[in-house]
Amino acid sequence: MFKKVIGAAVVAAALAAPAHAADVKPAVVYGTGGKFDKSFNEAAYGGAERFKAETGIEYRDFEPTNDTQGEQALRNFASRGFNPVVGVSFAWTSAIEKVAAEFPDTKFYLIDSVVEKPNVRSVVFKEHEGSYLVGVLAGLASETGTVGFVGGMDIPLISKFACGYAQGAAAAKDGTKTLRNMIGTTGAAWNDPVRGGELAKSQMDQGADVIYAAAGASGLGVLQAAADAGKLGIGVDSNQNGVHPGSVLTSMIKRVDLAVYNAFMDVKNDKFEPGVLALGVAEDGVGWALDDNNAKLVTDEMKAAVEKAKADIIAGTIKVHDYMTDNSCPN
Amino acid sequence: MSAASAPLPRWVTYGLMPVLNLAVAFLISGLVVAFIGESPWEAVEVLLTGALGTGEGIGYTLFYATNFIFTGLAVAVAFHCGLFNIGGEGQAYLGGLGAALVALSLGDVLPWYLTMPVAVLFAALFGAAWALIPAWLQASRGSHIVITTIMFNFIGAALMVYLLVNVLKVPGAMAPETRVFAEGGQLPKLTWPFELFGAKLGAAPFNVSFVIALVMAVLVWLLIWRTRLGYEIRATGTNPTAAIYAGIPYKRMVIVTMLLSGGLAGMMALNPVMGASARLQVEFVGGAGFVGIAVALMGRSHPLGIVFAAILFGVLYQGGAELSFWIPAITRDMIVVIQGLVILFAGALETMFRPALARLFWRAPRAAAAKA
Repeated sequence: MFKKVIGAAVVAAALAAPAHAADVKPAVVYGTGGKFDKSFNEAAYGGAERFKAETGIEYRDFEPTNDTQGEQALRNFASRGFNPVVGVSFAWTSAIEKVAAEFPDTKFYLIDSVVEKPNVRSVVFKEHEGSYLVGVLAGLASETGTVGFVGGMDIPLISKFACGYAQGAAAAKDGTKTLRNMIGTTGAAWNDPVRGGELAKSQMDQGADVIYAAAGASGLGVLQAAADAGKLGIGVDSNQNGVHPGSVLTSMIKRVDLAVYNAFMDVKNDKFEPGVLALGVAEDGVGWALDDNNAKLVTDEMKAAVEKAKADIIAGTIKVHDYMTDNSCPN
Repeated sequence: MSAASAPLPRWVTYGLMPVLNLAVAFLISGLVVAFIGESPWEAVEVLLTGALGTGEGIGYTLFYATNFIFTGLAVAVAFHCGLFNIGGEGQAYLGGLGAALVALSLGDVLPWYLTMPVAVLFAALFGAAWALIPAWLQASRGSHIVITTIMFNFIGAALMVYLLVNVLKVPGAMAPETRVFAEGGQLPKLTWPFELFGAKLGAAPFNVSFVIALVMAVLVWLLIWRTRLGYEIRATGTNPTAAIYAGIPYKRMVIVTMLLSGGLAGMMALNPVMGASARLQVEFVGGAGFVGIAVALMGRSHPLGIVFAAILFGVLYQGGAELSFWIPAITRDMIVVIQGLVILFAGALETMFRPALARLFWRAPRAAAAKA
């Protein structure tokens, strides 16, 4: 009897061991914007680095330059036994759809888009909710009653940011006008700070005094232009309050880092679940940033208003319209 | 006769010189790699085995090469008429629209071999249409084709994003792309040439458009060197004034050449759109239009040279991706540096060795003559 128990324990240990320690061999494929874009991809990189620092487990990553390379990299990682494989960008939707079918034993994570497969976990964010919150702050901080939005590439995802923001600004103060501009129609729009700055200037000429940039690395030009003119900018994805301390009202934080970190952790702890995970204000997946750099800009009244908006969104009394549902915006 | 302009044996011009240029480009790239602390030998090994070592690698290499053959031919045809078409990017993008519309509509009802000719035609028509306005502006208004074609790249990008986001997108989907084409709208993979050698194509999207590209290369050769139109194009390119004096209509030459060029660029879309992803995506061209310029320069605007140059760039694209995949210290920006060096030496500085080689090959016979 005793021998049997020991035997069973040994067998159980032998079976359990690889399931925990050896199985996790994480890999990340970034979007074509590149690892160090100070925004979306860099947040993903931050999450992977945090996992490495905490667990001591190495990961591999890859920065593709075009769509074909992205699919190739996902397949390369999967075929070399990497698990989980995380695709950071909606651009890898079709690639993951294909590769996940070829490697049913590998766990895939897709950020910002949805693939329905038993071995794929899709993580999307309710950017409209987070943008609503910074919109409330912008509406209250604006003295002119006009706020600005500068987006990167003209795709529905970015209109989702703009739409949530405009709703928040209008809710904060009746009649707040939101000026909207997109930087471009090609991928270069994510990396054109000069154009971003010019659009911000033209919006300021039209009376905007708070400008929200959702444009990857181009956003840095927007924040710069706002700071130069003594106006306020709003950062995106990562906490960009420290880019121009005192001139960045807040940042709309999108916890891509958390999504990547959790992806690695889930597989490490053998807690993978397929399906769609939508991270909103309630899940702390999106939010607004408050730190030493912008503490002076956010008055108690503004803080109270934005926290109330947050509570209302969680409670469901405020429903922020999602642009993607019908490709239109009420404001 | 001065040594610099002395004619060289053909095998030197077309064989030795490109090899020398490539060798120097790789030597300097090797120094860059060594400078960041990685082994250049290992890098070369990874690059070459990644691109040519496996069936799948070769498949990817030829897949990229297919794109570059089309865009290289497009640039070369315009070169022969003295026009610098840098709008290949936009023309290919619009060509994708033509191919996608055919694949979306006919793909459901026809088999691929019937859809393909129509798609080829429409891709070429759409690409040519995108080159028409810059061509007309150049021919009749003198607006420089370099400026207008590059501007049309941006207009094309704006138009395509508008269509993909507002018209062609699958409702509710995140990515701005069309639905997946039905079987009849997809070009099949070319597996048999690989099976012939016992290799496996694997996941590489190497497809029938490679054959179309080769056919186009032959047709371009026939057109430029074996037809009256080709003669007129070359005459206009060499000396427009003399060509006009000889009765060749300049306006018509510019417009016809640019339509041909735009059509070739447009056909490039067949490969990524119908061959690889089976859907129309934002920015699927991915810079192939610009690489075409380097390919045409390197291939000296000759179809055979273009096919070889395109394969070389395919090796650099595929091998480069493998290189940054397996040696993370070599980032993707380093790959761009290496590609840039190859373009610099093989394209721009291709005459660097000419004087030295000319001296070498002219001294030899003279020395022999002196002895006798």
